[in-house]
Amino acid sequence: MSVKNTLATAIRVLAQLRHDRRTLALVLVVPPALLTLLRYVFDASPGTFARIGPPLVGLFPLIVMFLITSIAMLRERTTGTLERLMSMPLAKLDLLLGYGLAFALLAAVQAAVTSTVGFWLLDLHTSGSVLAVAALAIANAVLGMALGLFLSAFASTEFQAVQFMPAVLFPQVLLSGLLAPREHMPHVLRIASDALPVTYAYDALSRVTSGQSGARLWLDLGVTLGAILLALMLGAATLRRRTA
Amino acid sequence: MTAAAVEVRDLRVKRGGKVVLPAVSLEIPAGSVTGLLGPSGCGKTTLLRAIVGVQRVESGEVRVLGDPVGTPVQRRRVAYVTQAPSVYADLTVRENLRYFAEILGAEASRIDAVAVTVGLTEHLDTRVASLSGGERSRASLAVALLGKPELLILDEPTVSLDPVLRRELWQTFHRLADDGATLLVASHVMDEADRCDHLVFMREGEIIASASPDEIRRQTGKDDLEDAFISLAGEQ
Repeated sequence: MSVKNTLATAIRVLAQLRHDRRTLALVLVVPPALLTLLRYVFDASPGTFARIGPPLVGLFPLIVMFLITSIAMLRERTTGTLERLMSMPLAKLDLLLGYGLAFALLAAVQAAVTSTVGFWLLDLHTSGSVLAVAALAIANAVLGMALGLFLSAFASTEFQAVQFMPAVLFPQVLLSGLLAPREHMPHVLRIASDALPVTYAYDALSRVTSGQSGARLWLDLGVTLGAILLALMLGAATLRRRTA
Repeated sequence: MTAAAVEVRDLRVKRGGKVVLPAVSLEIPAGSVTGLLGPSGCGKTTLLRAIVGVQRVESGEVRVLGDPVGTPVQRRRVAYVTQAPSVYADLTVRENLRYFAEILGAEASRIDAVAVTVGLTEHLDTRVASLSGGERSRASLAVALLGKPELLILDEPTVSLDPVLRRELWQTFHRLADDGATLLVASHVMDEADRCDHLVFMREGEIIASASPDEIRRQTGKDDLEDAFISLAGEQ
């Protein structure tokens, strides 16, 4: 492992993003735009918007980074740059952490823009600090990145990679408690929900924004961090020096 | 006879359930430009990948520069240029070179040096996506030259290149060999055979000859290397 190689990778990934202005604009504009849309969709029931708005600020990065990473990684695999890197003295962890660092930075900017729009222009309230929401947003981005990285190994085309988003993330978001309280779900779904990482990521956001703390929040944070580490390790296992 | 830069013993490789290399043994002289020639699909790329250490193999041994392949130290000494250019299309040539130089621990001055070698000085700040096919291949070659590798493995590096440039690249290959590097160049174009110090003819996963062009001519009694290949293939 080397800090120099991790940083070089992060700088390279950021340079790629810098060249792709449109993607950058979409990453920064779409979440606040969707949040604004939601505000007016729930115009007649402001309570709902007040409940789901703040956690959404932190969930957007999860989804966006999942997508970007799966495509970026698939491109590395299909264009041969991954094979080239694997034939060079670069540790797998340096590559993963480089991506993580670059996307965490992007997520921080995204969360800052979305928070500004949500908490100031759309009158959302968080009982916890905005910084805590931003920190959770970054953690979610890294979780999304790690999951995307791992799953990209199972996609051989962009079409497949894109489909992993509705296949893998949507059920998790539906079961997380964002749309309906988990207590009201059928027992089986409740168990499934308990086993999925996004449930904990969402729960942490929801607790921080509504000002709750305590043991359950620590559990949420612990599980989220554990899921990030597990997905990164699984992702590293999919990076092979030797392939068939 | 000089020491071998590459030694392959009884290498067996399967890809997708099919045996691509049944039992290849091969030595490549150090400091030479060796041409690996054979028709498309005969197993050249698989053999190259095994020598680089990125190919999963069934059995057999591959030693490069005296040591087993695929170790971190070996990854500094061996450079590999795949047939499809493996550089980041959304970055400029300079950004690509800068990144790979950092990973290889090469000095920044190497960036301009390799750009001169492959003739891309004027395109350093052009995004790879806007380059022509031949220019992209050269950008990919430039990356391989950054770390001053002791063994340089090139898969069809001169495909779709302008003849003038192709000749220049072969001169570059010989210059690198004169400086002590070993080059292994795969090609399916027989007219490149005469530019090599040593030739390896390959057909259907087997090595049918490994000698200098003159030795091959002497063995087969054919003046034309393509005729020599056909005659050797008939004996197979």
